[in-house]
Formats: sequence, C-alpha cells, structure tokens
Amino acid sequence: MSNQTINVQKELLRQPSTIALVGNPNTGKSTIFNALTGLRQKIANYPGITVERKMGTTIINGVLHKIIDLPGAYSLNHKKADERISYETLIGSYDHEEKPDLLLMVVDASNLERNLFLASQVMDLQIPMLMVLTMSDIADERGIRIQSQQLSNVWGVPVISINARSKQCDVQIKQALVEQGVATPKPFQWNPSKPLRQAVERLDKEWLSEHTQLPERARPIEALRLLAEGSLEDSFYQYSEEGKAKKLIEELQNTLEAQGENPTAAEVVQRYRFIGDSSEGSVTKEQRDEQTWTDRLDNVLTHRVAGPVIFVLVLLVMFQSIFSWATPFMDMIDMLFIEFGAFVGSSLPAGLLNSLLVDGIIAGLGGVVIFLPQIIFLFLFIYFLEGTGYMARAAFVMDGFMTKVGLHGRSVVPLMSGFACAIPGIMATRTIENWRDRLITIMILPFMACSARLPVYAVMIAAFVPDKRVIGFLTLQGLVFFGLYLFGIVMAVGSAAVMKRIFPTGKPTPFLMELPPYKWPNVSSVVIQSLERGKIFVTEAGKIIVAISIILWVLASFPTYEPTASDLADMDANGQTSEQMISTLQLNQSYAGTFGQWIEPAIEPLGFDWKIGIGLLTSFAAREVMVGTLNTIYSIEETEEQLGLIERLRSETDPETGLPKYTLATALSLMIFFAIAMQCMSTLAIVKRETNSWKWPLVMFGYMTVLAYFSAWITYEWANTFLLG
Amino acid sequence: MLLSDARVQQKYEVKQIQGEELVRIMEMGLTPGSVCEVIRRAPMGYPIEIKIRGYLLSLRKKETDAVEVSPI
Repeated sequence: MSNQTINVQKELLRQPSTIALVGNPNTGKSTIFNALTGLRQKIANYPGITVERKMGTTIINGVLHKIIDLPGAYSLNHKKADERISYETLIGSYDHEEKPDLLLMVVDASNLERNLFLASQVMDLQIPMLMVLTMSDIADERGIRIQSQQLSNVWGVPVISINARSKQCDVQIKQALVEQGVATPKPFQWNPSKPLRQAVERLDKEWLSEHTQLPERARPIEALRLLAEGSLEDSFYQYSEEGKAKKLIEELQNTLEAQGENPTAAEVVQRYRFIGDSSEGSVTKEQRDEQTWTDRLDNVLTHRVAGPVIFVLVLLVMFQSIFSWATPFMDMIDMLFIEFGAFVGSSLPAGLLNSLLVDGIIAGLGGVVIFLPQIIFLFLFIYFLEGTGYMARAAFVMDGFMTKVGLHGRSVVPLMSGFACAIPGIMATRTIENWRDRLITIMILPFMACSARLPVYAVMIAAFVPDKRVIGFLTLQGLVFFGLYLFGIVMAVGSAAVMKRIFPTGKPTPFLMELPPYKWPNVSSVVIQSLERGKIFVTEAGKIIVAISIILWVLASFPTYEPTASDLADMDANGQTSEQMISTLQLNQSYAGTFGQWIEPAIEPLGFDWKIGIGLLTSFAAREVMVGTLNTIYSIEETEEQLGLIERLRSETDPETGLPKYTLATALSLMIFFAIAMQCMSTLAIVKRETNSWKWPLVMFGYMTVLAYFSAWITYEWANTFLLG
Repeated sequence: MLLSDARVQQKYEVKQIQGEELVRIMEMGLTPGSVCEVIRRAPMGYPIEIKIRGYLLSLRKKETDAVEVSPI
C-alpha cells in the first residue's frame, strides 16, 4: 500500500475516443451521463436482449468523444444479462459494443466500501481511468472525509470529487480529464493472499491462456470467477477441453481449502479486507449519533402503517396530476391532427391517395403522438421520485404485499399507471430489475382498465344497464362500472399467479435492494431522461403503430364502393344524408365488413353480430374506435353521436324474430370482452419494444383473446339465463 | 442464529453465508466478520432493512435465511 508513482496519460483525449461510465447503481452515473451528453443520446436495445444501450457524444477541448453509459452493476461476477454486457464490453469481447479507450469509474463517496469493491474488480482489467467521487455532500453530512490524494495513491489512479447535482458537473469532469488525465491501474492492487494469487496464475497459465480467446488482461478476473463458481457453467467464450478445466478448478479449490481459504468466498473477503485496511489512511469518520435526514424521513416513509398510506397518497397525487396535466395536451394534439387532416383532405383532390394520407397516415401519426403527454408526465414523476430515493422505499413497503400475488414491490407503480394507459406503464416496468418479475408485470398490465375503455363502457352501460338505485347513492350503472374495474384487477392477479407457476424460473436472482440516501435530484437529468422515453416510444413503437394503421385503413377502404343510382334513390327515400350512408355502405362491403361477416359464426355465442365483428377489428387501432365504428355502421349523424348511438343500439331488432337484437346480455358480454381482450395495437408495439421480441406480444394477444372469448361467452350465457331468463 | 430471526435496532456480527447465492450476498458487503444493524421490517414482515458498511440494504426472507449472525 506504499505510495506509488501514477503513470498519468493525457494524450488519449487528443483524438476521438470511446469513454465508458462504470459504477454501481444509485451513484449519480446517469446524471453524469446526461450532463455530459444532454440530448445527444441514442438509446436502443442491444440485439436479442432487453438491456438498453445508452450512447451519446460530448466535446472535450474541441474533440468529439463517444460516451457509453454501461448498465449499473455491483460486481463483474456476472449473473445477469446487463452485468454480462458491462463485463464483456470492458474486456472488449462484446460484438455489439465498442471497446472503451478509457473509463470514468463513478464511486459514491457516502458508500465508499461497497463502491470500491466493483472499482477494484474493474481496475484488474487495466483500462486507463479517472475515478469520480460523487455524493460528497451526503458523505459530509455523515461525517465522512475522504482524502482524494490518499485514495489516488492507494489505487494508482487520479481521483476527483464532484457534485453530480450541480449544473457544472460535466465541466468539472472535462477539466479533470484534461488537467489530471487518466492512468492505467495495476492489476491485483488489492493484494490477494499468496494461495489465491497462485491459484489464479495456475488456472491462467494451464488452461485459460490456451483454451480461450480472452484478452490477457481479462484472464485473472475470469480465473477468480471460475474459482468461486467451481464450474464452467455460463462461460460465454469459446473453450475446449472442458474436462481438463473442471479437474484443474477442482484441484485448485481443494488446494485453497487445504491452505485455510474458502474458495467461493476468498476473492470477495480479501477485496473487502483490503478496502477496509486501505481506507484507514484516506477516510476519516467522525462518530455522529444524531440522526441523518435519511433516518428521519425513513422513520415516517417506511413506517409499518404510515408507509403504505403515504405511498397510496403519492400515487393518487401522481396520477391525478398526470391526468389533469396530460388531458389538455392530448386534446390539443387530437385537435391539431384532425385540423391538419382536414386541411390536407380539402387541399388535395378527393380520392384514394387523399384518404390514405388523411385516414391512414395522419390518423396513424396522431395515434402515436397522442400518447406522448402521458408518457412524458409519468416518467417525469418516476425519474424524479427515483432520483430522490423514494422509489426504493415504495418498493420496500409494497414488496410484502406484492410477493403474495407473485409480483414485485416495484410492480405497483407500472400497474397503477395502467389505469391511465398501458403503454407508459409497460415502459415503466424497466425499473423492475428481475426479468421474470418484469415480464409477468408486463403480461398482466393491460388488464388494468385504461381510459380508452371508458367510451365503450359508457355507451354500453347507458344503453342497456337500467339506471336503478341500489343502496344509498349507488346505482346499478355505477356498480357495473366499478365491477368492470374490479374484474380487470382480479384477472391480473389471477393471471400473475398462473404465470408465476408456468414461466421458466431460470437462475433465481436474489432480492438485494439498496435504499439510497434521500437527495434532491438533478432536475435537468430528470427532464432529459423523460424526453428520451418519449423519443424511444415515437421512434421504436411509432413505426409499428403507423404500419398497422395503414393496414387497418386498407381493410376498411377496399374494395371501394361506388353508389349506384338506385342506392342513392333509397337513401333519399329513407331521409338519410347520402354522405353518411355512403360511408356506411363502404365499410359494410369492405374487407373489414367481410371480416365481420366471416367471424360472425364464431362470435355469435358471445351475443355479437357481424356489425360488432367489424368493430372488433377496427378497434384494434384503439379501443375507443369501437364507438366511432358503430357510429359509421349505423350512419349516426355527428351532431347526435352518443345519444343517437344509444337509441339506435336499443332499437336494433333481429329481422328473423323481431325481438331486440342487443340486450343487457350482449352489453355485459361485450364489456367483459373489452375488459380483457388485447384490443390495442399500440400496447403490442410497446411490448415488442420492451421485450425486444415478437414472441411476447403474440403470446399476450393470444392468451388475452382466448380468455376474453370464454369470459364473454360465460357472461352472455349467465346473463341470458339468470338476468333475462 | 439467522438474520431472519434478528431483532430490530440490534447490531449483529455476520458469521457465515450459505446457499447458492452466497457470493451475491457477500459482494454487497455482508462478509464474515462485518457488522450489520437491523433497521426495520417492512409492513408484512419482509423485506428486512439492514445497515451494512454504512449503507441501507433490504433483503427478502430467502436471503436473510442464508445469513448466519450473532448478536453483539
């Protein structure tokens, strides 16, 4: 641990280079990334997996550099996909990421020991780095003083201390990179015991060097991992002579054990021992008995009774605000696209191209942009609360309840956002670390009754559920409405329980959740990240949504309908405006109309006819489109929309029996169908993006449709027998 | 005794970690000989929040069952 000369390099930054940010979660790493790159970011999934690649650029002294924000990790001992990517990127063996030229090793000063654990592993890889200490104000509050110079001497790399929440943290880092430069750390700075060092050297020399393609500097780390694991399982590199390796690892483990070391624990124990010993010279800690801000807040926010109550209140405020802030923007977007469509429609000659532009493309784009206010507002809240440290507390408080139904403490916020719209909710599941918990949350989230179901419920309830008072102020209509929400929740909980049993467990990842100290988040970082989420939705899910809207437009517009003279005479005789009637006839004889006729036998047991069948197809664009489609089918004038439709549905009679076509049973069946069917292309598009595969959206569509079909069938039969029979 | 049976506001010395996930748990700082304090339990009894190496960590029952401790 003697002082050493640090081999500082400054010339690296004279040419364009790739800089990777490495560190534990909750260290302010993302804040630094956002400060360095601003909106010059590109976020996309790595191919084949659901881990996000965060890349951006920054200019230092007139030279443009690439910045990669590697997924936060506690250890290089990779068990999960994101940790493996960090590791493979660092050793330069990951095909889909560039090998970093230098590192910013982000270390939380208020939590030095655990952060230095990862840092000591990364240093073994001998990549030039600058160590960046963050959260020094929180360390101060706790009486922790760190001598940066001492720390730099111990580890052999330059160390700077910054405040990640200050506006100039990017300036501080750039300045340090230019003035202090970076240094290549020496391996085994943590002074492993002789037996452990010998075991690593033998495994390297006798097997790794010949049988793997790992770069030389990565072999000691790999050897340590293999010694701790005691097996070759999950080795991702090419290797040969597996039997020889197994025997060697076993032999080395036995040797270590004979020399009084626990082979599985040796590396971790010795790293922590060195960190503890070495910090005696560089860290001073005043004993303070007074409670910190975090302790005081936690006494209330994670209290057994107050904790859950406060969380529910936070959710309530959050969703009420999102609702009231997003609605005006959504109305504005809606109006803008309608106006724009009308403008384009009237300035171009009427015809197919006109209709494609207005009803296909512009309507499709409008259907994408309309989600942005909700997505951005939800993420402003989520990133803000995450930045304060509260989200981890919410997960801690709710975890006990959620594990009872097979979910995770972090599932609550995404599921609740599902009541507004499934799309931001599904995007928000990214906070759930465990892939299986995250997948189950995504798969059940659309059961939460989103706001697009409201118009369908409203029309059906108003038309067919008697407006009777039940008890006190409760009406039958209100109860049915409430029942539909409850039904969604019950289906979600039930499906989660089933999926918990049937989904492959894979390697269980332990639940070890850090509760970071409370702090005021960096507001510009919160804003940048929320805008980036909106960008991801538009660019990645948006493509799919527009494509499907065009397909739906084709289905409703072809084959084209030309009214004959006798048709026009009929319309006149019936007193209907011809424009209204032409669109009705157009829809009825289009592919969508044919589809409705075609599936009629299949949906008859649910009480649906071919007209509702058309609606089931068109409402795939968005659930509320069902109402618009029924308006078109029944040629309802725009001026009398809802009331007109309600009257029309009530008076529709079956031509054979002369009895009403739609009854309370049909309405209940249709509402139950809408409560659980996957009638939303935008949700499927975002599930594709978030799971990075078509498999899960297809599974979701399949199981929800089957479930919806049978539930609606049972409802129809039950209602016919017990309510109307 | 196991960390699962530990009392709130009491300090413990970590004796041993068992089970498949012992490396994961130790990497978070719960190495034999380290001292942790049980801060609180969540509303349903689990997770348990502890203070270890100056930071706050929460663990579910499966993880606390793997940690053997003795009171200080």
